[in-house]
Amino acid sequence: MVPLNHYLILSAAIFAIGVVGVVIRRNLIVVLMSIELMLNAVNLTFIAFSRFLGSMEGQVVVFFVMAVAAAEAVVGLAIIISVFRHRQSLDPQEMQLLKW
Amino acid sequence: MTDVNLVPLLPATQVLLTALVVLLLDLFYQEGEKGLLAWVSLLGLALCAGETLFLWGSQESAFGDAVMLDNFALFFTQIFLGAAALTILSSVHYIRQAEIHEGEFYALVLFATTGMILMAAAKDLIVFFLALETMSIAVYILTGIWRASGRSSEAAMKYFLMGAFATGFLLYGIALIYGATGSTHLNEISNYLIESPEDWPPYLIGGALLLLVGFAFKVGAVPFHFWVPDVYEGAPTPVTGFMSVAVKAAAFAAWARILMHQLAPLDSDWAFPLWVLAIITMTLGNLLAISQASVKRMLAYSSIAHAGYLLVALVVGEEWGGLPLLFYLLTYAFMAFGAFAVITALAETEQSPEDYRDFSGLGFKHPFLGMAMTLFMLSLAGFPPLAGFAGKFYVFRSAVLSGHLALAIIGVLNSLLSVIYYLRVIVAMYMEEGGAEGKSFRQAPYLYIAIGLAALGTLYLGILPARALEWSRVAFLSLD
Repeated sequence: MVPLNHYLILSAAIFAIGVVGVVIRRNLIVVLMSIELMLNAVNLTFIAFSRFLGSMEGQVVVFFVMAVAAAEAVVGLAIIISVFRHRQSLDPQEMQLLKW
Repeated sequence: MTDVNLVPLLPATQVLLTALVVLLLDLFYQEGEKGLLAWVSLLGLALCAGETLFLWGSQESAFGDAVMLDNFALFFTQIFLGAAALTILSSVHYIRQAEIHEGEFYALVLFATTGMILMAAAKDLIVFFLALETMSIAVYILTGIWRASGRSSEAAMKYFLMGAFATGFLLYGIALIYGATGSTHLNEISNYLIESPEDWPPYLIGGALLLLVGFAFKVGAVPFHFWVPDVYEGAPTPVTGFMSVAVKAAAFAAWARILMHQLAPLDSDWAFPLWVLAIITMTLGNLLAISQASVKRMLAYSSIAHAGYLLVALVVGEEWGGLPLLFYLLTYAFMAFGAFAVITALAETEQSPEDYRDFSGLGFKHPFLGMAMTLFMLSLAGFPPLAGFAGKFYVFRSAVLSGHLALAIIGVLNSLLSVIYYLRVIVAMYMEEGGAEGKSFRQAPYLYIAIGLAALGTLYLGILPARALEWSRVAFLSLD
């Protein structure tokens, strides 16, 4: 059996990739994908713990997280469209009506 | 099959049903009749407020202890209901002028309120997460609901990105805590923490710190504050008021229940980060507020500074900090909401005036708005005998009594610093001329009512705080 730590390291790595993606990418869609990557890394952590602790709770959480991630993606894409209509651009660096 | 007790869900369900009814009625009402939807929403909120009074003192839980109805939850439910009702009152006129769909607006405010009520009642990290997202997603949409405005969309985008990013951290923290303790239920987690303090796995502390980062994002503490000014400035003004009051109160409610109360055994691990966070949040919030040209943006930075004062109460810890935290949130609700409501009264829809210049002469053109704004500014700055003074007094007193003298001194100095930018508004209103036009009572009667209520609350809590203090004490003691 693959030991627990391997799963934890893998999911930490995926989470870190997601965080870096949110910080450095210049396209809102890719940023949204990076956020999804972060959430899925968390899902992996939950599943791994659930398996090794022998408790079902972690697996239940994953379903909730997936549902919430879907809702979040819907709202996020709608907001991206609304921004795109005003600016014709998906570059977060160009969002300067309000200075960061 | 054990007995299913649904009473603890009553307040949340009441608000949720009202939201659904509003959405449904929205389909049948014609354009001109939609004003009724505001009244339906207010009726639902009033019913729910009645329920919270009726349920006051109960100590019941539902769904295997996942949702807890105690005085703590009821206290915060009342704050959320008040904030939602004032938001609806103050936006009736605004959203008609900005051509925002009324049904959706009220329904989203109510959905967000449902999430907040559950957040204050959550005894399980899964329920907390779901409640947080129910609230956050509704507020993301509310921020961007004025689609004709580029600023509103941009604010929604920034809020969404930062919010979802913070959710990732929060959730990762929950996952690590689950892995370390084997449960997502707060009672079981705290039992584990108390019973076996030796064999905490290393990632438990990591999880707790990630949770802390997530919370710091949500309340807008420095250095996780950079979204606050942009989002507060771009969002429709009534929504900004709602965010600065209710969303902040909800985040602090969950913070108090989860980190301060249930995870208290971890106190020593985050005492220092929290201490640093409190100091830089107060100081940076105030310093940056001074240099702002826009009043709305100044209030955003000032809300960061106030988050700093609230963090002081969290540093102080459960024994001394609980009551001041709740009381401060109550006082802050009235004064911050009132300040944003006065800006709403000024806001023309096209280029929203929120510069200091736009406030010039307001005290003469609209004596009531001028007086109310003066009251809110003085209260936010912490002048006696207003609510802000009472709130700050108890927070700093608790810091002194518990031996955090440095925090109290820095807090008081910061509070002095904040007088500079709050008084600038008053100076503009009474000593300069030729600012923007405000709305008269006849144009926006409900807005005036909301401002009047907020002003009354600010005065009442400042002059006669005893009852509210007792109320906060009972609420905090009900945590088990």
